[in-house]
Amino acid sequence: MEQKSANAIVSLRNIYVKFDSEVILNHIDLDIKDKEFVTILGPSGCGKTTTLRIIGGFLNPDDGDVYFEGKRINKLPPHKRNVNTVFQKYSLFPHLNVFDNVAFGLKLKKTPKDEIKKKVRQMLAIVDLKGYEKRSVAKLSGGQQQRVAIARALVCDPKIVLLDEPLGALDLKLRKNMQQELKEIQQKTKTTFIYVTHDQEEALTMSDTVVVMNNGNIEQIGTPTDIYNEPVNAFVADFIGEANIINGTMIDDCRVKILGQELECVDKGFGKNTPVDIVIRPEDIEVVKPEDGQLKGTVTDTVFKGVHYEMTVMCNNCQLLIHSTVSQEIGTEIGMRIIPFNIQIMNKMFPTANNEFTATVVSADKEYNCIKIDIEGNIIEIENQYFDEGTKLFIVLPPDGLHIAGDGNGDLDDVYIESVIWKGEYNEIILESDERKWLMKSDQDEQVATYCPISFDFSKAVFTIADKEESD
Amino acid sequence: MKSRKPSIPYLIWMVIFTLIPLVTIVIYAFTDKQGNFSFEPFKNAFFYSNVFFRSLWIAFLSCLICILLAYPMAYIMSRCKERTQNLFVMLITIPMWMNFLLRIYAWVILLQNNGPIDMALSLLGINANLMGNAGTVVLGMVYEFLPFMILPIYTVMSKIDNNLIEAAQDLGSNSVQIFKKVIFPLSVPGIISGITMVFVPAASTFLVAQYLGGTEDIMIGDIIDKIFWTDQNTGSAISLILMVAILILLIIMNIFGDEEAIS
Repeated sequence: MEQKSANAIVSLRNIYVKFDSEVILNHIDLDIKDKEFVTILGPSGCGKTTTLRIIGGFLNPDDGDVYFEGKRINKLPPHKRNVNTVFQKYSLFPHLNVFDNVAFGLKLKKTPKDEIKKKVRQMLAIVDLKGYEKRSVAKLSGGQQQRVAIARALVCDPKIVLLDEPLGALDLKLRKNMQQELKEIQQKTKTTFIYVTHDQEEALTMSDTVVVMNNGNIEQIGTPTDIYNEPVNAFVADFIGEANIINGTMIDDCRVKILGQELECVDKGFGKNTPVDIVIRPEDIEVVKPEDGQLKGTVTDTVFKGVHYEMTVMCNNCQLLIHSTVSQEIGTEIGMRIIPFNIQIMNKMFPTANNEFTATVVSADKEYNCIKIDIEGNIIEIENQYFDEGTKLFIVLPPDGLHIAGDGNGDLDDVYIESVIWKGEYNEIILESDERKWLMKSDQDEQVATYCPISFDFSKAVFTIADKEESD
Repeated sequence: MKSRKPSIPYLIWMVIFTLIPLVTIVIYAFTDKQGNFSFEPFKNAFFYSNVFFRSLWIAFLSCLICILLAYPMAYIMSRCKERTQNLFVMLITIPMWMNFLLRIYAWVILLQNNGPIDMALSLLGINANLMGNAGTVVLGMVYEFLPFMILPIYTVMSKIDNNLIEAAQDLGSNSVQIFKKVIFPLSVPGIISGITMVFVPAASTFLVAQYLGGTEDIMIGDIIDKIFWTDQNTGSAISLILMVAILILLIIMNIFGDEEAIS
């Protein structure tokens, strides 16, 4: 059995969940510290609610272990766990009034009547619902129902409160108030809160720790400041706040080449001449005179945003977003400076620059100079290439050698769009088919977490005969 | 304010087919054959008070048995996959596609002396007279009205949000407590509409007792059916008493049901 970290109240180890053929959680590990406000953040369909349901006991993972204070609790049903949940749609009992809703858990624990009364009163005072005991829950506003749901979970004195996007249905102003209240309640009651949301701002303002999830994996765990200032990859950078994400090359430790210029940075250990992703926050680009700038560009758009102006600047064919309190006219040439600390270097999300894979020739036609190859069970014809039948080919396909088949007749069907990142010039899209991931360049914006057919353009590919021993 | 115009056709309908007949019944019940005001019809109606109370009793029994059979059925149905649920609903409604009388005849053929069930029982050495007693009447009524009990309970149960069950689990309820504290109280409205849909027609039904029951087992509906040919005033009076009695019972039940749902 693996060791749990010392002060973790909940530990997930190697959790794997599959619905039908779709992987929801892909072997995740997570430790949640006692008395912390932890937010699990991610786009819809990333597996965050599933993670919460596993901790609550509503779902048994297909593989992996759940530990609560060091004890394995996989088989423990929800009603025996010292965990209470605030559900997404509140799920208050419509046949009970406010008092009886809040008292529900205490009554089941056979708490003496006057103690129930006292505790419910106290809890309703904490959530600011004094005097609402006899009201019907159906007649409360969304915010009030929400607070009843929170009181109902907290009154049972759980070790952990799970909150599944509890503020999703409220309007902006109420949401802001509730965010503050929740944080206060958490500090007052000294309870561990595990909060699920897709709202990055909510996550940054409320949490002690943020867990960023995507596509069934945990991308990064850290404090809100860490996550914002030092995202580990382009997905996190893109998901949290606004960011310029561009391609760069790490020349050496602390030297990076972006947009045709070599700049100083503070990151080390990426090796020499390594392609990397760079994040620069819009507020970290300083606008200066063209001759003083490390980079030069032309303003193409400027929008007033209240606190600042948001400018779009074309620099070396790449769009950069700048937040500045001073506006520049469209068409002006400006210089830009970025201090080394504000250039965040990240490893590329896709391990190689091109798609590299092996495939077997299933039929060959010498006369017409064409072959057919097998990719994941799909037979694809390639013109102007000839190799003998049965040859194993090593194929290098550049990112612009595949595209989404708009007409619906693709070479591969139902390919999952895992991430779409705007690189200033084009979208870098990572796709996932049954057996592998694909890197694609596109001018189009695609919807993440959807499925689409893709087709290949093998005229851009390079074919070599794969070594017999290496391929399998 | 919302326009009331769209409700006009329904109002006309109600006046012609509900209000006027009701008023007519009331007038008939309080007049004698010559059309003079009189309590004579009610005096005559008292002659049938035994039948009247037995009808209510048989209706009550049938209704109770319907609840006992329908509730678990509805519960099981609501826990099934959606496709299975639809199949169940269809199977339950299929008998209703057939004529009411035909279904009663079918029971007569099944239960009569030297009918298939009687024969099978006599092979086992049991000599039972299956026809012509109150039990058979109740059986016929339960068979007739069971779908009207299952469907409303099932409808209410299938609408109970699964999140509520999870919330109850989350707060510490085991399956028995989930049933007692959440599922049952939330299904009470279904039971009440089921009772309304079974007890009311069962109390006033006719023909079932005539075909399945003995001479003793005649129901108040049959009496009204018979008597109306010769004495419309007494028939109206009995109908009126039956209506008021059912109304009172339903009001009592609704009050009881509301309390049940709140406590």
